[in-house]
Amino acid sequence: MKTIDLEKSSVRELNQALHDQHNECTEREWEVTGVKGDHNLAVGLDQSLSVHIKGHAGYYCAGMNKKANILVEGNVGQGVAENMMSGSVRVTGDASQSAGATAHGGLLVVEGNAGARCGISLKGADIVVKGSVGHMSCFMAQAGTLVVCGDAGEALGDSLYETRIYVKGSVKSLGADCVEKEMRAEHIEHLTELLHRAGVDEDPAAFKRYGSARNLYNFKVDHASSY
Amino acid sequence: MCGIVGLYLKNPALESQLGALFEPMLIAMTDRGPDSAGFAIYGDEVADGWIKLTLRHPDLEYSWQALADELKKELSCEVDWFSNHCVAVFKVHASAEAAEAVIEAFDKDVLVLSAGQSIEILKEKGLPKDIAAKFNLAGMKGTHIIGHTRMATESAVTMEGSHPFSTGMDLCLVHNGSLSNHNRLRMELERHGVKFVTENDSEVAAGYMAWRLQEGDTLNEALQNSLQDLDGFFTFTIGTRDGFAVMRDPIACKPAVLAETDDYVAMASEYQALTTLPGIENAKVWEPEPATIYTWERGQ
Repeated sequence: MKTIDLEKSSVRELNQALHDQHNECTEREWEVTGVKGDHNLAVGLDQSLSVHIKGHAGYYCAGMNKKANILVEGNVGQGVAENMMSGSVRVTGDASQSAGATAHGGLLVVEGNAGARCGISLKGADIVVKGSVGHMSCFMAQAGTLVVCGDAGEALGDSLYETRIYVKGSVKSLGADCVEKEMRAEHIEHLTELLHRAGVDEDPAAFKRYGSARNLYNFKVDHASSY
Repeated sequence: MCGIVGLYLKNPALESQLGALFEPMLIAMTDRGPDSAGFAIYGDEVADGWIKLTLRHPDLEYSWQALADELKKELSCEVDWFSNHCVAVFKVHASAEAAEAVIEAFDKDVLVLSAGQSIEILKEKGLPKDIAAKFNLAGMKGTHIIGHTRMATESAVTMEGSHPFSTGMDLCLVHNGSLSNHNRLRMELERHGVKFVTENDSEVAAGYMAWRLQEGDTLNEALQNSLQDLDGFFTFTIGTRDGFAVMRDPIACKPAVLAETDDYVAMASEYQALTTLPGIENAKVWEPEPATIYTWERGQ
């Protein structure tokens, strides 16, 4: 295992060392210490690395991740795992706004709460939040899954496309074109697999499913006021 | 983009270290605001019947003694003062209106940055670390302090356009964000007699708060009303004589982090600014909810 101490190294040096593993992987296990809310930690990785960030991270932590498994022991600022392609990101604390924004693939697990706009424009990744999510979560989300074990804030799933949303607690309000849908056997199966993969012990039957009513896909003058 | 920081001490034993604890918080927000910086510090209260004014004159060699003599002569009252770089803190045994009238008549170039029994506002153009050094922030004592680092977007980089803005007796405001209806609102407020010295949108927010408070709103009511009347993005931190308040707009795009321990409550735009505080590792750290008013005040 290799340790990089951010009291002694810069964020650029950390990210360069991790990027250097792309062509020739010499070290799979990484540990980052001396973390004090720094932005852009472990961004743009594209190798099967295991990165353990010890402390609260700033903005865009683990952004654009491909293949790597990143664990943050603390809170993260806005845009954690934004545009992730594959791999996984786990946050033991809370995440600020826009967690998992535009992520195409991989798994993001937030063990605390996530702020506003969690999974905004989600494009295929899976997000599991053990706590609650803020307002406008899954705004214009296109594919993938958001699981919320706590409550969801206002305007959940506004202008949603094909992302599936499962919420165990209350939903303050649904956004335009987002509706509650029947929880069929295939959804229980899907959620069971996802909760298992995220290491979250919850009863899938306790969740409700939300999705797109598909009324806003194409412009219809009858819906002009909803756009 | 701008940076906001605030520190309110729950443990009086730390009051002698307020400036030293706060300086690294302000400097940590340089990335968010390298154009100008300022802070409002509370403490060293004057007795009832006295007023404390923070005054600024562009001339470093300005004769504050002459102004003190004028105040003594005109108001027949006691005056204490000390200067700090281009700013002077005057303690006058008179009302704010009387003292300010004498000052304005004596020299129009003397700007009143704050008035109250506790508040002192210090702000300048330049890097936060230079401004902190200029005013010897690290040596300052007090009960609470709020600060701002500015990256100008709406109006020119000037001392007058930097934060905090005074909003009334012992009150001030710092703002991260931008208001879209500030021009029309400025015109409306001017009709109510509110005076503005810059084209700055945050000064309009400060003027709005001052007007609402004058109209009899409590601080909570004024903040509630501002949610209706201010259009745009904002995180506000408001300094009061006894503490501070934090509020974000309903969309809450502009960041804010709060941290609380048995010793203090701290607020910052980013967690980075809180990392130097003692015991932060075990503090309760959270983001304030949108359109929700958070206040900490002594005696609560």
